[in-house]
Amino acid sequence: MRELDVARVADAVAKLAIDACNYLGDDIVAFFEKAIDREQSDTGRDVLAQLLENANLAKDTHRPLCQDTGLAVVFLEVGQDVHLVGGSLEDAVNAGVSKGYTEGYLRKSAVADPIGARKNTGDNTPAMLHTRIVPGDKVRIIVATKGGGAENMSALGMLKPSQGRQGAVDFIVDTVSKAGPNPCPPIIVGVGLGGTFEKAAYMAKHALLREVGSTNPEPRLAELEDELEKRCNDLGIGPAGLGGTVSVIDVFIEELPAHIASMPVAVNIQCHSARHKEVVL
Amino acid sequence: MDRKVTTPLTDEVVATLHAGDRLLITGIVYTGRDAAHKRLVDLIDKGEPLPIDIKGQIIYFVGPTPPKPGEAIGSAGPTTSGRMDAYSPKLTALGLKGMIGKGSRNDAVKEALKRDKAVYLGATGGAGALLSQRIVSAKVVAYDDLGPEAIRELEVKDFPVVVINDMYGGDLYIEGRKKYERKGDS
Repeated sequence: MRELDVARVADAVAKLAIDACNYLGDDIVAFFEKAIDREQSDTGRDVLAQLLENANLAKDTHRPLCQDTGLAVVFLEVGQDVHLVGGSLEDAVNAGVSKGYTEGYLRKSAVADPIGARKNTGDNTPAMLHTRIVPGDKVRIIVATKGGGAENMSALGMLKPSQGRQGAVDFIVDTVSKAGPNPCPPIIVGVGLGGTFEKAAYMAKHALLREVGSTNPEPRLAELEDELEKRCNDLGIGPAGLGGTVSVIDVFIEELPAHIASMPVAVNIQCHSARHKEVVL
Repeated sequence: MDRKVTTPLTDEVVATLHAGDRLLITGIVYTGRDAAHKRLVDLIDKGEPLPIDIKGQIIYFVGPTPPKPGEAIGSAGPTTSGRMDAYSPKLTALGLKGMIGKGSRNDAVKEALKRDKAVYLGATGGAGALLSQRIVSAKVVAYDDLGPEAIRELEVKDFPVVVINDMYGGDLYIEGRKKYERKGDS
């Protein structure tokens, strides 16, 4: 059985956190470049140009794209034929977050006792960790640094099955509409349909990892994504919410069967600074 | 054309600002976000003096990343302003003339802007690396224990903002969106 020292996981998490915060994905940069031509508002085009300049500056000077370097959301896909050695896997992930946020000059935004003292934990731990066991002998690590502004505008609805497709569409578009300028548009809309309360929220978050411009392999969902994208862009929110035609970067949906009594719909909103990096060990 | 404005702001200057105007701000602005606002308003409620004189000043809602050695400040873009809605009217009542942030303000803040002749300005959220280049110097002047949420005195040069809410009730978020909203199947 293949052995993997968890210290390698810690080092990888630290590097991924720093890289995610400083280097915007090529898919988002390409989106900005195309969106400038498409945006009808002058102010909106100026905002998109600022975002491109910001991405280039962050890359060239190795500094965070945004001061909100988020909570560290970590997705681990652990091959079932890997034997992890050298300590606890979860401790290693947290050690990686601590190292990355400290050595990378990232902002520590985690506070303990959230409805009371709200005391900073000092090193941005704990990671928001999601672990899956998968076939194989590799470990895939994805670090998504998730800012608070967009997260705050997210929503989960336990809708009635009678509300159907139209009810789901209205709930999603309404969530984006209410969010307006707050989550730093243009946004990515992650949607989780079905499952249980927590699975719907997880799917909405996981959906945000998809590559911008990619098509959902399920034609029924691909069509729904296109419809939602158009409905959201028609809201007129625009870049930075100053009014315009480019409000949404993309809509990504994940789906699971639901209980006969339930129709959960989760909407996780991602700001334009959509930061995630991954590595396979 | 972007208009240059220097701080502190006077009533006369505020009166010339309208929703949608693009400004380049030069001078001193103070930082403050959730925790610092709570402390300031606690002092006001107790009738005690504030650690900074906010008369004519601008507060920038920002919690920067730590500076690297040799830098004035780390990345420093705006945070969501709505969380300061509960506090802002008490500060404009004491003479605060401007706020820089991103995202919508509530009706109480918009009324306070009219009552106290003040403005709410938007900087581009998520452009923290770029905006940090317009900050010449930074020093903590209160609440050091709050870390990124401490009150800092920033010296800014040509800091780019757009007027979101003016003292006449103008609201760029509402007006801008209305202009580009498409209803039904267009």
